[in-house]
Amino acid sequence: MRGRALVLAPAWAWLLLFVAAPAGILVAIALAEPDSGLPPFRLAWSGAGFAPLVEDAYYLDALLAALRVAGMTAALCLLLAYPLAIGIARAAPGRRVLLLAALMLPFWTGFLLRVGAWIGLLRDQGWINGALQGLGLTAAPLPLLYTEGAMLAGMVHAYLPFAVLPLFAALLRLDPALIEAAEDLGARPFTAFLTVTLPLTAPAAAAGFLLVFIPAAGEFVIPELMGPPEAQLVGRVLWQEFFQNRDWPVAAALALALLVLLLAPLRLFQRLEARR
Amino acid sequence: MRAPAEAAPPAALLRAEGISKRFGATLALDALDLEIRQGEFFALLGGSGSGKSTLLRIIAGFEAPDAGRLLLEGRDIGTTPPWARPVNMMFQSYALFPHMSVAENVAYGLRRAGLARRAAAARAAEALAMVGLEGFGARRPHQLSGGQRQRVALARSLVMRPRLLLLDEPLAALDAGLRERTGFELRALQRATGAAFVMVTHDQEEALALADRVALLDAGRVAQVGAPREIYERPASRLVARFLGAANVFEGRVAGGGFDSPEAGATFAGAIPEGTVAVALRPERIRIVAAAEGPNTARGVVEEVAFRGDDSLVLVRLAGGARLRLAHAEAAGAPPPRGAAVILAWDAAAVVALPA
Repeated sequence: MRGRALVLAPAWAWLLLFVAAPAGILVAIALAEPDSGLPPFRLAWSGAGFAPLVEDAYYLDALLAALRVAGMTAALCLLLAYPLAIGIARAAPGRRVLLLAALMLPFWTGFLLRVGAWIGLLRDQGWINGALQGLGLTAAPLPLLYTEGAMLAGMVHAYLPFAVLPLFAALLRLDPALIEAAEDLGARPFTAFLTVTLPLTAPAAAAGFLLVFIPAAGEFVIPELMGPPEAQLVGRVLWQEFFQNRDWPVAAALALALLVLLLAPLRLFQRLEARR
Repeated sequence: MRAPAEAAPPAALLRAEGISKRFGATLALDALDLEIRQGEFFALLGGSGSGKSTLLRIIAGFEAPDAGRLLLEGRDIGTTPPWARPVNMMFQSYALFPHMSVAENVAYGLRRAGLARRAAAARAAEALAMVGLEGFGARRPHQLSGGQRQRVALARSLVMRPRLLLLDEPLAALDAGLRERTGFELRALQRATGAAFVMVTHDQEEALALADRVALLDAGRVAQVGAPREIYERPASRLVARFLGAANVFEGRVAGGGFDSPEAGATFAGAIPEGTVAVALRPERIRIVAAAEGPNTARGVVEEVAFRGDDSLVLVRLAGGARLRLAHAEAAGAPPPRGAAVILAWDAAAVVALPA
């Protein structure tokens, strides 16, 4: 029993220090009253932080916009992840390592560097517009950067491996004889995918979806650097409340609201997993 | 040969002509020729690496041959994808879809063929009844025993009414008691459906017991093909003789109308053609006698005796140094004890000359 407690102690300490304590501080700030001092709040049992969330549609819109963009990002990631994961899982074991490394390669460079690369490609004087104008296909630069498309491209690029890896692991465990049996019984490859591969990898697809959806929902850097100015996602609003308006109670309340919203799909997923 | 007069053999259903398949450095199939007849139970017998499973996968369409033609009723199906071949396969792992009920599994192929849900369900129920699984339709594969899963896999292939059913080691995953019964059921189903069954197996007893014809594969080629009795009694080579029922094989050379085997310390007389390189002698054709001299006799010392029920397996170290297996029938009295010197004799008809 003592050995077990000893092994688990670091994990509990970690959770207490870096999960429970920050969450407690967040709740305390959310309940506090804004103040002009330093720190910019005064501990109290006021609902000051939560009131604007209910009264001002601006915050709710930011939350919904973030969920919508995160959902689109996660869906696009899954759409790309299936062919990628199937290709990697079916490759010879030696090449599999190589392909996985290629998938992870962008992670070896800095996150901001990759966003910078996208900006270099998409801006008015960037590579794509330069090539299009150089070939005489367009007269003026196309507005590529600061669009929803640019934002989604950046998000999908950043989070794609999180969707591929769980799918890849599930596909590796899938008995290839099942696909062969489906084809032997008259199913064309796409039908075999829809009737056998897809249902049997659905839990992994759900896990991949959430692994992308959750960080994408709070994403601040990519919408800020690549998105359209009107895309007021919750991550950007949080940033503004904390650093520009210095209204910490509202920002903390908003962060809590996002947390609660993200816990709901996680619970649903756990429920589905438990029922299997 | 005193084979009874037979009707003309049924027409060929599937013909493989010069099929070759290479995986990297290994040649899995080496210009293999084979013919499967309408409605026969055919066994592809061989050890691991003999190419038997590759051949089955080529017939099913999961692998494309590097060379050669595959003709189904005269039509070249070499490039037809598996979903368009009128051939079905029962997988060694059964490959039942774990997320579907038994009834959905069996109806899967019918649904793909465009049957309406109700018609497919009715035919699936029929197929399940045929394999003795009435009322199991609503269960999931993981709720069934191994033998029941095997029947579901069988029903799922048979419901498609294929003219050719491929079975990959169909009995390998079953325990011994169930194997014999399932084997007989397979034969009964084969007769009832009239489909040709092609079974891959590494178990020679299974192949000999179930099949109308057996092809023994070795290193990607057909070593011998024929009726079980024929290849059991007249093996074409040392390899076939050794693989089928562990016959005694003695090497030597032809000498004066007989066959001299120094390793056996015996001379074999019988039908020994020129070019014989070895002879085979079945364990059950050898007798222990009180005294004998001359050809078709040998002397040795009993090394080991194993009781097997209706007979005992006796291992004898022969005077020439080779080991001999002999089956001593219980009806012939107690077998000699370990260490006893014995004199062995056999009939000239029991000697099988091997040309290769």
